[in-house]
Amino acid sequence: MKAILTVQNITSEFVTSFWTPIFVGIFIAIVTYALWPRNQATFDEASRMPLREE
Amino acid sequence: MNQSQTAKSMTHGEAGLTTVFAVSALVCLFAAAKALDSAFAFHASLASAASLWALFAIVNRYQDRPAALPPQEINGRPNYNMGPIKFAAVASVFWGIAGFAVGLIIACQLAWPALNFDLAWISFGRLRPLHTSAVIFAFGGNVLIATSFYVVQKTCRARLAGDLAPWFVVLGYNFFILIAGTGYLLGVTQSKEYAEPEWYADHWLTIVWVVYLLVFLMTLVKRKEPHIFVANWFYLAFIVTIAVLHLGNNPALPVSVFGSKSYIAWGGVQDAMFQWWYGHNAVGFFLTAGFLAIMYYFIPKRAERPIYSYRLSIIHFWALIFLYIWAGPHHLHYTALPDWAQTLGMTFSIMLWMPSWGGMINGLMTLSGAWDKLRTDPVLRMLVVSVAFYGMSTFEGPLMSIKVVNSLSHYTDWTIGHVHAGALGWVGFVSFGALYCLVPWLWERKGLYSLKLVNWHFWIATIGIVLYISAMWVSGILQGLMWRAYTSLGFLEYSFIETVEAMHPFYIIRAAGGGLFLIGSLIMAYNLWMTVRVGEAEVQAPAALQPAE
Repeated sequence: MKAILTVQNITSEFVTSFWTPIFVGIFIAIVTYALWPRNQATFDEASRMPLREE
Repeated sequence: MNQSQTAKSMTHGEAGLTTVFAVSALVCLFAAAKALDSAFAFHASLASAASLWALFAIVNRYQDRPAALPPQEINGRPNYNMGPIKFAAVASVFWGIAGFAVGLIIACQLAWPALNFDLAWISFGRLRPLHTSAVIFAFGGNVLIATSFYVVQKTCRARLAGDLAPWFVVLGYNFFILIAGTGYLLGVTQSKEYAEPEWYADHWLTIVWVVYLLVFLMTLVKRKEPHIFVANWFYLAFIVTIAVLHLGNNPALPVSVFGSKSYIAWGGVQDAMFQWWYGHNAVGFFLTAGFLAIMYYFIPKRAERPIYSYRLSIIHFWALIFLYIWAGPHHLHYTALPDWAQTLGMTFSIMLWMPSWGGMINGLMTLSGAWDKLRTDPVLRMLVVSVAFYGMSTFEGPLMSIKVVNSLSHYTDWTIGHVHAGALGWVGFVSFGALYCLVPWLWERKGLYSLKLVNWHFWIATIGIVLYISAMWVSGILQGLMWRAYTSLGFLEYSFIETVEAMHPFYIIRAAGGGLFLIGSLIMAYNLWMTVRVGEAEVQAPAALQPAE
């Protein structure tokens, strides 16, 4: 139980102290995913989704 | 005969819901008998009657239906569930006209206060929340439910999850609207802007909203398309965030379980901060994210062009999610809220310029290669002009969140003008465009009854919006400048009533603008009605007649 609480404290302290870099990191990862050249084909396909349904 | 031989029995949902509604009919009847105030008695009776109706409706539906539930697919094509969507589409037109009409009434009351008639039920203070809730939650909410259920099915190539659940969402949501709206007229309110409904209505909305989330999520889960289309991301963000906002802003302790009055858990400036965290994100996630989902599906569909940049749509989505939630404090500039929180709200509001304009550019540029359609297709024109209004009001919003600008604009009609540029121009027009697309699709018509009438609607409503927002700009800035004018001796130059007098002509112009917008919506209602009644049915190529290859 005590060990769990310690882990929880460390995690919560980490998140409350570092949420700005964490969020910025997540956002940069998303932007990288969006701009990654290999994903271009998937996104081109996806941009036509409303046009090719039935 | 054969298929009905299999023994017919109630599904868990049908059996469970009939039990729930039977119990709730009795409980609500009891609550009505014990009620401490007449409004609560009225609402409890209404809930009891609605429960009873739901009970009979489910049993009747069970008796009329075949033993097997509707199939997921017919001839290899998804068997889309359009019934609840049709209901929500009709409801949105009805509530839209009601909400715009009440807006016109209160605009006239501001110009000519005698129109309050000294009656409590139709005084400005009660009709104003009726107007805002009717247009945002009743009209906008039904448009969002209708389009989200349509888009999620089509882009997932899967039938809507649940059998009774989609109907529960649509009917339950409209029952919430009924309780909220009649409550305002009877004076039931918790006095939180855009969150006026009292505790029992809030509880009911929570249940409905969770079912809405589940129906949407479960439809995504059984999708046939591997990729989740961007519009569904926006819809999901709208549904999830509204749930969180609703729960955060509304924890209240009722004075009695048999009375309508409650007290909110938050106190003082915390309450104010919760309220505007809720209030601004209702704008960000209800009036923006939800309707951006409409933009990302209906504009490509209508223009027959792919989304200009799918990458931009992903960045647009996440930037909006990361930024919007922090912008609320700009509603509390120069109040007891700590200064750093005000500056934080302002900073995030200014940063929102980027995703907002990125999204606008993405919507507009989707027309590249199809710009000529703007000349011939008034529905597409309506959708595109809505995106232009989105760009305009999301430029104005961050501007007004800057503290020095806000010191002039806050509490004046400028704010009202800004809100209506977004509400009439963006939310209204994108909804009208979506309804003009959706109604022929849902009722399987070749097209609209009359494109000419759409053109009339477009121009009448556009002139109405221009009158409305320009009147409010002039009135608001005039009002703000008069409030801060000092004489050489340091006295305030104008009394409050002098500012009210100065605004009178602009209030008349605003009412005229609102009147034009209402006329436009009546033209739309007639056009949609005629589309359903006399529109030419679309001929569907029967699957069996396809040539062998």
